[in-house]
Amino acid sequence: MSCNSEMFLRQAAEAARLRSFFEMSGAQLVEADMLQPAEVLLDLYGEDIRARAYVTSDPLRGELMLRPDFTVPVVQMHMNHGAEPARYTYSGKVFRRQEEDLGRASEYLQVGYEVFDRDDPAGADAEVFALFNGVLRGKGLTAVTGDMGILRAAISGLSTSDRRKAALERHIWRPRKFRSLLDRYSNRTPLPAVRVKLLELMDTNSVDVLLENAGAQVGLRREADVRARLEVIKADAQEQPISRSEAEMLEEILTLRAPAPQALSTLRDIAVDLPKVNGAIEGFETRLNAMAQRGIDVANLDFDASHGRSSMEYYDGFVFSFLKPGQPPVATGGRYDALTKVLGQGRSIPAVGGVIRPDLLINAESAQ
Amino acid sequence: MTLKLGVPSKGRLMEKTFAWFGKHGIELSRSGSDREYAGAVTGVEDVELVLLSASEIPRELSAGRIHLGVTGTDLVREKLAAWESQVEELAPMGFGQADLIIAVPKFWVDVESLEDLDAAAAAFRTEHGFRLRIATKYHRLIREFLREHGVADYQLVDSQGATEGAVKNETAEAIADITSTGETLRANHLKILPDGLVHRSQATLLRSRKACWKNGEKDILKTLTAALKL
Repeated sequence: MSCNSEMFLRQAAEAARLRSFFEMSGAQLVEADMLQPAEVLLDLYGEDIRARAYVTSDPLRGELMLRPDFTVPVVQMHMNHGAEPARYTYSGKVFRRQEEDLGRASEYLQVGYEVFDRDDPAGADAEVFALFNGVLRGKGLTAVTGDMGILRAAISGLSTSDRRKAALERHIWRPRKFRSLLDRYSNRTPLPAVRVKLLELMDTNSVDVLLENAGAQVGLRREADVRARLEVIKADAQEQPISRSEAEMLEEILTLRAPAPQALSTLRDIAVDLPKVNGAIEGFETRLNAMAQRGIDVANLDFDASHGRSSMEYYDGFVFSFLKPGQPPVATGGRYDALTKVLGQGRSIPAVGGVIRPDLLINAESAQ
Repeated sequence: MTLKLGVPSKGRLMEKTFAWFGKHGIELSRSGSDREYAGAVTGVEDVELVLLSASEIPRELSAGRIHLGVTGTDLVREKLAAWESQVEELAPMGFGQADLIIAVPKFWVDVESLEDLDAAAAAFRTEHGFRLRIATKYHRLIREFLREHGVADYQLVDSQGATEGAVKNETAEAIADITSTGETLRANHLKILPDGLVHRSQATLLRSRKACWKNGEKDILKTLTAALKL
């Protein structure tokens, strides 16, 4: 038997073991098509997904993608005809286009577990984490957790306009852009020269004159769009900056990394001045209690408030990874309530889940 | 044993490439009839001329089917993943200059930077229900550039020619294309974003890292680069 096919069989056996573990834990086994309509994924992830997924097409169905993950098809399946509450498991290959690193796999197995449950979100978070922690125990992995909900609550608690909050939240997934927006909004970086010039022009000319001088109106972005945004620019220029202390608080949260109980206590201190995060902090505490009840050693559980900021753009609450240094995460997961709303056409349901890569799990084990 | 040199097979790019080598005492020429894609090299031994479309030269270098090639750096970066591991730039040649830029309608007085473009794209998506479209044939370069600069909520639409007309034709809201003088952009009511310069391209002599480089080929390269004073 060739080395490759032996490896393949080992990975398949590991995937089967993980899948049956999730089935034994009460999950229903589901399948998903390998070819997914590209439109949904493109709309969800934007242009970047083209760099990460294989796009193909046929004349009848149009653009299709080799599934880059299971989450989207599983959510769609559940939203269309799932009973509530539901627990699913699946196992199969996903495909990721690689542009830079030949050493990274372009197809690999994933085994997942997803929970759709309206009651007790903290309990569902703890359930998923505890299952992963159980099945991955003794493999030499370290767990790290985070909570996108705390970051989002902190942003919504800033004393600034809803528009600025929305811009910050929109770029929460792009740490560098987020940083430059925060610097701008807190007056730590000056307005760019082109913006200063535009504001001066608007001071001395009416918008009509500006538009008149700017030439022919071409394209689908209409004059009304330009006018609306000029209003926004004007309003933004008159806004008070985000205070230094608030910006610092937000940074303290962004850089917070500590064992969970210590992180909780730091967050409580911050909440004295930023009371809007209280709800999210309570959720964090409830989840820690639920985890402790399931036997997780929360005293030594690593919490990183920025964890999940550079991964897929759909986690909006609890996030976790199981890591082995020197390789991509062996397992990742989190809560994605908003995604079910986007895909549910008006309906939504709280959801949490995660995936394990059997190939990386085997590597991690043999490195031990 | 021969060293294969791939050069553009027609037009100004071919003529200027021939002139550039000629300046260094190496004469490249098309042999046979005007329509036949065969070439000859004099002034240096054991170099074989391969006439190719400029856009195919990166691929041929990457496959190692030619040892050296002349093409624009824009095409190398667009077509080759991790291009630096596949080819080496031996010499910029001082012609075929073109800037890959991002342009928007001139009447968008509210958009003067990539930051504005990002904000306009977000508002556009809310208002119109789809992502703002940027027409280009440089998909990879533009995607990487926009990601780097934190622009989201756009989509790329493919345009292999007459890209400047895409906005007028309402197949895109903005474009990303190469320009040398900017005249076509102006004629189509577009303006270049001041911080939207993606890449400055020019014709460049490139060496394939993937081709066969035994002592014989290395010796020919040495003679050639000495003649070219590289």
